[in-house]
Parts: sequence; structure tokens; C-alpha cells
Amino acid sequence: MGMRKSAPGGRARERGGGTAIRPHLPTSPWLFLAPGLLVVGGFSLYPFVSTVAHSFTDARTLTVGQFTGGANYQEMLHDPMFWTGLRNSALYVLGVVPPLVVLPLLLALLVRRSVPGIAFFRAAFYLPVVASVVVVGLIWVWLLDDRGLINALLGVLGFGRAGFLSDPWLLLLSAMAVTVWKGLGYYMIIYLAALTQVPRELHEACAVDGAGAVRRFLTVTVPAVRSTMVLVAALSAVNAFKVFSEVYLMAGATGGPGGEDTTLVMLVQQAGTGLGGRVGYASALSVVVFVLTLGLMLLVLRANRGEDR
Amino acid sequence: MTGPGRRGRRRRKGPLVVRYLLLLVVLALTVGPFLWQLSTSLKGPGEDIYRYPPSLVPEHPTLANYAAVGRVIPVWDFALNSVKVAVANVLTNCAGAALAGYALARLRFRGRRCAVVVFVMAMLVPVESIMIAQFMTMRQLQLNDTLLGVVLPGCIGAMNVLLMRNAFAALPYEVEEAAYVDGAHAWQRFVRIALPSVKGTLAVVAVFAFMGAWDDFLWPLIVLSDQSKFTLTVGLNYLHGTFANDQRLVAAGSVIAVLPLIVLFACLQRYFFRGVEEGAVKG
Repeated sequence: MGMRKSAPGGRARERGGGTAIRPHLPTSPWLFLAPGLLVVGGFSLYPFVSTVAHSFTDARTLTVGQFTGGANYQEMLHDPMFWTGLRNSALYVLGVVPPLVVLPLLLALLVRRSVPGIAFFRAAFYLPVVASVVVVGLIWVWLLDDRGLINALLGVLGFGRAGFLSDPWLLLLSAMAVTVWKGLGYYMIIYLAALTQVPRELHEACAVDGAGAVRRFLTVTVPAVRSTMVLVAALSAVNAFKVFSEVYLMAGATGGPGGEDTTLVMLVQQAGTGLGGRVGYASALSVVVFVLTLGLMLLVLRANRGEDR
Repeated sequence: MTGPGRRGRRRRKGPLVVRYLLLLVVLALTVGPFLWQLSTSLKGPGEDIYRYPPSLVPEHPTLANYAAVGRVIPVWDFALNSVKVAVANVLTNCAGAALAGYALARLRFRGRRCAVVVFVMAMLVPVESIMIAQFMTMRQLQLNDTLLGVVLPGCIGAMNVLLMRNAFAALPYEVEEAAYVDGAHAWQRFVRIALPSVKGTLAVVAVFAFMGAWDDFLWPLIVLSDQSKFTLTVGLNYLHGTFANDQRLVAAGSVIAVLPLIVLFACLQRYFFRGVEEGAVKG
């Protein structure tokens, strides 16, 4: 930093003082950019290239590996765990996106009007976003325990106990519920920002015409925040597809009984880490994760562009 | 959850009461689980935590579980590791993103568009799809199992660079032009004029960098294997895996992990919300 401060800048000043032709030396922008480009290049772009390259080899953690063509990808197609992981990650998107598009919008409408104490409620609803996913996971593991609070309440209401953390399907559903619970506040704030752009008069005019609350919601609010809904759908879809921590914590490292709840990213983590890690195979799985999220991500960019206009 | 639909009833007082009732219901749903965990962590060994009907307020509140969790795992060392990682992440992200963002927004040079594209591309690569390669890189650099290895991959986030670029680009040109005519060079204009004007965005970057590093789980889980290097999230996962039967201990551990962030959030709330809103508006 000291170098950057004195060397290029000093000379630029001498020149700049005279004719004001060049605002800076040609090298100084690159000095400003160097740390960022180095980190991003070295720890995002290079690993990406190396992931693609490794996916065509049989590399392991401790051995370099030989070129094996598409063998990893072929193996994947015959690996039942891959299909389980793909199924669960896809189900996660389907299960999590609709509630995360609708519920935070309703929440945003609820906290939109500034009634006394509303700042407190907004902050409180954001709390699950602030907490680490590990803490959130452990809180719900305890709540959903066989002898935990929720089963106790179910018992009081006369229902039987549910094996939230032992039945593979209930486990996946529980993990989805936790993801939704943790994400509500985050998307609520995004909707809140969008709602400030909706003109009040529109609502009032509609109310004068005698439209009920539900009707006004559907005819005024929803069209006005439509592009935000697309954005939220895309963002939550991308995040849901890459789910790891919730399932890892609630179902265990191997993804529940018989690995029935494993997700794609859990497979990457299982295959690629440790001393015997199959880096080649894990890389091929990573490439699949990348390609499938990219499709969802392009949707995000589109939604963003729609927002700007 | 069907609530907001009901909000617009014609009469004056009615809707307000309904609104507060709904707010309280949602409050119970979002904050209740945290309170239950806190309550469990304060219950002594003599109190049945599985009791019917459940009681939220401990009979004899005790901090014994917090002392006990420190005996079974080095939870305070984990906390210190988390602090180190989070603080380092804040410093590197603020400095690196401000520098790069300023160059992208304010300096004219050949290859600027190219540099923007590099950052956008980096933002598009999901961490989950490159973490194995990052882990290999860390092994090559012999940084696996070090806190430096935890910090390094995310130490200048592409998203933060672009956020800072937007902030600098939104500043009026005139002030900097005046300084430029007065003979201030790029570094001086950056430090003295541009940087003080984007304090708000810088605070947003700092707050989210802290939260991101403190809460991160997957990457530290991959890169750390020696228990003495664990951050709180990885340590909690270990606690959960090893002492799962003692809910009081797990609860105490998770309260230790979440409390600092709740305090931070309570103090710096406006930056949390501003960041998300700005991000949403400016894209």
C-alpha cells in the first residue's frame, strides 16, 4: 500500500498540475485492481477451470490422476446416489421456492405501514437471517426431536408423534421448512423495498371502487411487484438447489437413513474431501452443480435487468 | 399467514388490532425458537427439559451449562477463531473492494470493461461448485487447516467490488474534478474525497462480510480438520455430533454462537436493511 501511495501517484501529480491531460499513470488503475483481481482470479476463476479439467481425470487428494475422458460422467449416470442427490436438490427447489415467493410478500405487507413498534417487529422477523445456518439447524433439531417441543405440542393436541428427523421424507420436508423459516426475513426486506415504489393512490382508488383486500392484493400489489417476485423466485431457487447445511445438520453427514436425503452438494463434499477424496469424480459432480445452477442464475440476471428498466 | 389479506377492513380500530395480533403471531414464530433454545440452555440438570407441559421459563436459571460446554469442547477458542476470521474478512473486503471499485468506477483505462467482466464472471461461479478445487489449492499452498485458508478464498468478494463500484459511480463528478484540477492524483482523490463519501456502502460491506464469515459453515468444514483451528460453526457441528444427547450443552453452545451477531444486528440494524434495499434497487 505504501508503494502505491508514493510511487505512481507522485509523478501523476507533477504532470497533472500542468496540463491536465492524464488523470493518472497507466499503471495505477491496475495497482488499485491488483488485490481484487488476484483473489478473484486465484480463488474463483482458476478453481473453476481446474474443476472442469479435473472432472476428466481420476485424480485423488494425494495423487495427480490420469486423463480418463468422460468416465466420471458415465459413472455418475450409473451411480444411484447421484440420482438421489439430484432428485432431492430438485425437490428442494420445488418445495422451497413457492413459499419463499409468497410468504415474505405477505410479511412485507404486514410490516409495511409504520405503526408504533414496527421497527422492532421488522428487526425481529429478520433475526433468523442473521443467525448462522448451523445455529438455526440445531435449534430446529431440538424443536423437532422425538421428545422435543413440537412433538409435545402435537401430543397435547391429540396427534401422534411424528418422526420429523427419522422418516426420510419428513426429514426432507422439515429441512425445507427450516430453509423457508430462515429465508423469510431476507426476502421480506427485498419486497419492502419494492413496495415503496408502489403508488398509494392506486390502492386508494381501488378501495374507493369497493374492491376488497384480496382483490386489491391481486390487482394492484402483485402486478406492481411482479419483477421482484421473479427475482426472489430465481434467487431462492439458486440457493435451494445448492442446499447443504440444513440437510447435513438435520440428517447427518451421510444424509439420513440409507443416504435417502443426500443432496448434490453433500455428494460433492462427501466425494471430494478427506485423504482418500475422489477429486476427479467430485469435480464432475461440481460441474453438474454449476451447469444446473447457471440456468437458474441466468434467470436472476434477467430479473435484475427487468428491475432496472 | 393468511393475515395481510384481512388487513384492509373498512373500520378504523379493528384492522389495527388484527394487524398487531398477526404481528405477534409471526413474532412468536420467528423469535420463539431462539427463546426456547435460550431457555433450554439455562435449565439446570435437576429440571426435566422434556417435561409436559413444556415451560419456557427455567425454574432455577443457571449458567452452569455455559461453563460445562467450555469443558467438553474449547468453545472459547472456537469463538476466538471465529472473531479472527470475521475481522480479517471485514478488513480485506473493505480495503480490496473499495480499491477495485474505485478504479472501475472512476479511473479511465484500457481493459476496464474486461476487468468488470472478470468480477461479474467470478460472481456467477457458485462457491459450492469450486470448493473441491479451492481445497486442492489450499493444500498446494499448505494453507489447509489454517485460519488463513478459511479467510483467503472469500477475502475480496466480487459482489462487494461491484457494490463499491456502484457507490463510487453514483458520486457527482464535480467535486473530484475540482480536486483533480488542484493537482490531486488518483490515490489522493480516492482517500480524501471519494472514500469518505461512500462510508454508508462501506459499512454495508463490512457488516455483511462479518456476518458471512461468522456464519459460514461449508468452507471451514472442508478446509479445517484440526480441532484447535475450528471456528464456532464447525465446532458446534462437532458438539452436536458428539454430545447430541445433552441438549442443554448444545443449546448453550448455539447461544454463544448467535449472541454476538444478535448484538451486532441490534446496533447496526440500519446497515443490514440498507444493504439489502440498495442491492435490490440498484441491482
